[in-house]
Amino acid sequence: MATIDAPKQVSFQQDAEVLRKACQGWGTDDKAIISVLGHRNAAQRKQIRLAYEQLYQEDLIKRLESELSGDFERAVYRWILEPADRDAVLANVAIKKLSPDNHVIAEISCTRSPEELLAVRRAYQARYKHSLEEDVAAHTKGDIRTLLVALVTAFRYDGEEINTRLANSEAKILHDAVKDKKFNHEEVIRILTTRSKMQLMVTFNRYRDDHDTSVTKHLQGDSGDEFLPVLRTSVRCLNDPKKYFEKVLRNSIRRTGTDEDALTRVIVTRAEKDLKDIKEVYHKRNSVPLDQAVAKDTSGDYKALLLTLLGKQD
Amino acid sequence: MASPSEVEVFNHALSGIGVDENSLVSILVKSHDEHKKSIRKGCSQLFFEDERQFERWNQTAIKSLKAEFKRFKDVVLLSLMHPWERDARLLNKALKKGPQQYNIIVEIACTRSSDQLLGARKAYHSLFDQSIEEHLASHVKGSERKLLVALVSAYRYEGSKVKEDTAKSEAKALLNAIKDGDKKKVMENDEVVRILTTRSKPHLKEVYQQYKKISGKTIIEDLEVVLLLKETVECLCTPQAYFTRVFDAALRDNANEDAKKALTRLVATQEDEEIKEVAAKFQDKIEERVKGAYKDVLVGVLAKEET
Repeated sequence: MATIDAPKQVSFQQDAEVLRKACQGWGTDDKAIISVLGHRNAAQRKQIRLAYEQLYQEDLIKRLESELSGDFERAVYRWILEPADRDAVLANVAIKKLSPDNHVIAEISCTRSPEELLAVRRAYQARYKHSLEEDVAAHTKGDIRTLLVALVTAFRYDGEEINTRLANSEAKILHDAVKDKKFNHEEVIRILTTRSKMQLMVTFNRYRDDHDTSVTKHLQGDSGDEFLPVLRTSVRCLNDPKKYFEKVLRNSIRRTGTDEDALTRVIVTRAEKDLKDIKEVYHKRNSVPLDQAVAKDTSGDYKALLLTLLGKQD
Repeated sequence: MASPSEVEVFNHALSGIGVDENSLVSILVKSHDEHKKSIRKGCSQLFFEDERQFERWNQTAIKSLKAEFKRFKDVVLLSLMHPWERDARLLNKALKKGPQQYNIIVEIACTRSSDQLLGARKAYHSLFDQSIEEHLASHVKGSERKLLVALVSAYRYEGSKVKEDTAKSEAKALLNAIKDGDKKKVMENDEVVRILTTRSKPHLKEVYQQYKKISGKTIIEDLEVVLLLKETVECLCTPQAYFTRVFDAALRDNANEDAKKALTRLVATQEDEEIKEVAAKFQDKIEERVKGAYKDVLVGVLAKEET
């Protein structure tokens, strides 16, 4: 369930006017920005951008970029973009880091639906004049490259058909691959990056039934390289995305500093999807509501925006 | 009694690509027992004298005639299909047939536009209840797996922007990989696969040019031994040369069935302007070797002027 609370009837013109006013004069009325944008869904935000462009002949995003700064600006920027465009930006940011943030690539590829992932690939091309897979491939090597390229280029079957016999045999292949810590990467990668999500669920369940533990637990190992952790991330995302996101949030709000990138990313990308469920998982796991943890660890307008996206009533 | 010329006509109607339905009809309608007997006696390619004293159809002839009669039906069905369904079906068939037909997978993955290939992948879900990459990956065991799966998964950038520096360094990377020699190694080489399966076509054409500069030969010449890779580069960088080769192989004198089937496949891919340009060069050959309704379709489709 989504957390954001967007009214059904909205005047895009009015919203554009409010935003314009908020950006005029000295400083910016961040509260007004949050109170408008924080309560609009993707379709509405798109219309507001168009209305703003029509009224004032400038791109709302560019205006906001120039007026705002810091974590707040980054969060607003990501929030206002359309989902596919946003994912393209997140992917590009991850790729272009000095040490590519492979987990983000895996996260995006595995938690979006097949059609959504296609939209991300299109948006990526429009923005960066390269294909997503081209950039991922050029910035990675070895098994990680194989895994990530396969993940971003997958167009998984999204029907209900599953093959139990196949699930059994592939659960066995996965087990054979992990048990001696030999990790026959090719087969593991093939299964994880091509099978449909439903098929993988059945496979993972079968694995758990046969071995009393989830396949993720068996994918531990200190091979030293990046491959296993990214593989684990992929499996977690495919197996139980909500649990995965809870963990990302938990880690980002660690006592020693906050990982704003991760915090923003999860809240902004899930607010219109399943953030409510993720909140429940968080509460259960940490005995503290997510809102409270976020409020404790962030401040100012950044905090205000996050809390609004988390569903806080004004 | 059938005249020698009628026997000649009968033979002619069944030798070539497709069958001359009209000639066959006119022979059959005025045929009676004696007539047919002299045809059987006269066509030694199609009939032989059985030990029990009767003229028998040659079994291989029946088999190849089956294929010839089937051509019209196939071209009708394939041509009328939505391009997505057509490509999904072609991919599926090629996959099932195995390594001799993997070039069809390469052809489709590399000559379609990014969105057309995406459409084929969608149709594949509908038709076969699985994704093409899933099917390919679990089916192909050899060194071609990496290349083929990556080719069908590509969604290449289609703008014209090209970075010469990158093209230069990638041409070098390809040259180094090819120099390493071993056929299997080249096909599975990470850089080779990365470059060929993710870069845009304009970029690859630039790589092709840069390669020629540093190697003296074209990539295609250097990849002579690794057929699938050669075809990949051809389809991506010099599609006209590829289609010319396919047409030539199909219209040659002792073309095999797989080569001839390519005609139907290419003709059904009407939306490709390059195919039509290449086909124009083969008009005479088509006139000479192809027969009947099948020929009418080929000539009609390939000769289409701009509307």
